[in-house]
Amino acid sequence: MYAYDEIDRTLVNERVSEFRDQVKRRLSGELTEDEFKMLRLQNGVYLQLHAYMFRVAIPYGTLSSEQLRRLAHVARRYDRGYGHFTTRQNIQFNWIKLAELPDALADLAEVGIHAMQTSGNNTRNVTSDQWAGVAPGEVEDPRIWAELLRQYTTLHPEFSFLPRKFKFAITASAHDRAAVKIHDLGLRLHKNADGETGFEVLVGGGLGRTPFIGKTIKPFVAGSDLLSYVEAIMRVYNQYGRRDNIYKARIKILVHELGVEKFAQEVEDEWQAMRDGALKLDHEVVEDIRARFSYPAYQKLAHMPEELKKAAHDPQFETWRKNSVFPHKVQGYGIVTISLKPVGGPPGDATAEQMDALADLADKYSFGEIRVGHEQNLALPHVARRDLPALWKALDRIGLATPNVNLITDIIACPGLDYCSLANARSIPIAQELTKRFANHDTANLIGRLHINISGCINACGHHHVGHIGILGVEKNGEEFYQITIGGRADENAELGTLIGPAVRFEEVADVVEDIVEAYLALRARPDELFVDTVKRLGVEPFRERVYATR
Amino acid sequence: MPLVKGGKITTDGFVAVADDAPLPVDVAVLISSARFLEDPEAILQRPGKVGVIWPNNRDVDDLVPHLDRLAAVALVFPTFRDGRAYSQARLLRERYLYRGELRATGQVLRDQFVFMLRAGFDAFDVKKQSDAEAFAQTVQRYSVFYQPTGDGRITALHRRMQLRHSESAGT
Repeated sequence: MYAYDEIDRTLVNERVSEFRDQVKRRLSGELTEDEFKMLRLQNGVYLQLHAYMFRVAIPYGTLSSEQLRRLAHVARRYDRGYGHFTTRQNIQFNWIKLAELPDALADLAEVGIHAMQTSGNNTRNVTSDQWAGVAPGEVEDPRIWAELLRQYTTLHPEFSFLPRKFKFAITASAHDRAAVKIHDLGLRLHKNADGETGFEVLVGGGLGRTPFIGKTIKPFVAGSDLLSYVEAIMRVYNQYGRRDNIYKARIKILVHELGVEKFAQEVEDEWQAMRDGALKLDHEVVEDIRARFSYPAYQKLAHMPEELKKAAHDPQFETWRKNSVFPHKVQGYGIVTISLKPVGGPPGDATAEQMDALADLADKYSFGEIRVGHEQNLALPHVARRDLPALWKALDRIGLATPNVNLITDIIACPGLDYCSLANARSIPIAQELTKRFANHDTANLIGRLHINISGCINACGHHHVGHIGILGVEKNGEEFYQITIGGRADENAELGTLIGPAVRFEEVADVVEDIVEAYLALRARPDELFVDTVKRLGVEPFRERVYATR
Repeated sequence: MPLVKGGKITTDGFVAVADDAPLPVDVAVLISSARFLEDPEAILQRPGKVGVIWPNNRDVDDLVPHLDRLAAVALVFPTFRDGRAYSQARLLRERYLYRGELRATGQVLRDQFVFMLRAGFDAFDVKKQSDAEAFAQTVQRYSVFYQPTGDGRITALHRRMQLRHSESAGT
């Protein structure tokens, strides 16, 4: 955990006072809605179909139990008793009242949580691997750098009015869980030939109506140069990014139009002019941030304790353990993913009661720490393996032990037309129907790893382009239709999915997914060939045939 | 529109002159970049201070050779959502060491004052009277800054270092 000090707390409090004044001026009419709109967006407040939506940042996906309890409090006190975890390590509340927002922000500020820049045309929440600091084989904890970037990007005087939003993600593992290749700016921590730690810098990834996989513009930037190099990128984008057309304003379009070599050269020229300036990070400063991350005092524990051996006779426990518990860098501990994808439920939602209960379990079993992943699940990052049986029972009691992590029912979905004013079609009911179709765990397990991503419009908040199966809601003559893509992925081998054919009706989507899955089961070379690898090997044609032969 | 300079509402010492109007003598003038670049020498040699209004979609490079002879540069915010002039301001101040008046013009609103000050602006053509009157109070909203800019305010990272060192010196 990163511990806020008085300096960090002061800034967040000053931001709350500023926003309180802005809301007051809006309510009194001193600010027009046009003037207020950007100010509220910079504090995570959208106007949705039914009410204001309030998006709160969970930087690099790390939460303390105290913070999670406070989110539960906000859900209960200011909203309708639940929150929705998003694909960018944020939580959204859908029914907030404008006049109460400053109080909600003040309540969150007390525990070091803010909503700064969770929307608007500025640098958004810096996201990272939800297993940062505990994943075996990690280069180093990427959250040190994510926190440096969080501070650097917060209320930046030059880059708070960019052409469009700007998203950072950072990973330090060979397996990318942070989807860095589909971010405006992706950072991959690695060691160079001399054994020094630094960053591969990728720019111009993103989804939406013009999806691109990010391109590497510099294979190695030393840690001390990270902020100056980032500033060079931001400055080039701020000056030359398009502002004439909102759909062409993301940095991916600038990179595409200039060409990646020219863009990289512009950045290099800018960087050379200022790389040794005030942004240079000296070792002492980095170590100071590093020192403010605390790590648990792990015990020396057995990998296979008695409690686990005994519980292995319970098939339900074993099903959950095999699905939801992942290796930890310290022997005797595990990382437990908490699925927020119950059968028939909206993906990513948690009730205030669940949040409170999970906070208690984190205190009891995970050194008071919770993580949020971009797949819209939570995790307890430091669970002693001997505690797994007890934890499982407790999770099951609060409906948080669905053993479907990484399976076909572990669906990413945006809020869709049920909430969002941008949406063309519903997402949540599609996800709910699919979780019912594939509710049988043995079937889902037989299918193996398969990510379904659903977006209710082309803005792609549900990351449909990079779903193994992607579902995109569109509108045709006032009716909801869905385009289906296959073969996308968001990891270190990120790829955009390929459309399999004409869009289908709402009622047909689940049938089409079943057809695709049946085709895969018949076509896969071995039981452990993943869906996405079968698509890679065979292309979309056999799937297209299977789906459209009877339609 | 009220002009705020030195933290207070003040009368504008410059006269904005249209491109087709003759330049008055011995008066500080504010002229367009197009007019200035037609014949910079002639304009700079004329008695009286010169300020140039520089658009936000043109690199400041063409202005740089003349900076030490300009009394003012006015950068433009066509809407407050267009942030290009923040980059121009920092480049003028921090890279080209421009020390004359740097004026923010266009849709200049209260909620941008702190950002503008930090980017190096020292004069503000404020859109609303009430915002101009609130200037002194508004710029005190923040006491913590995470980024180093040319305005010299100490960053949070360095303030922590100072605190750390003074603590260890005290023990």
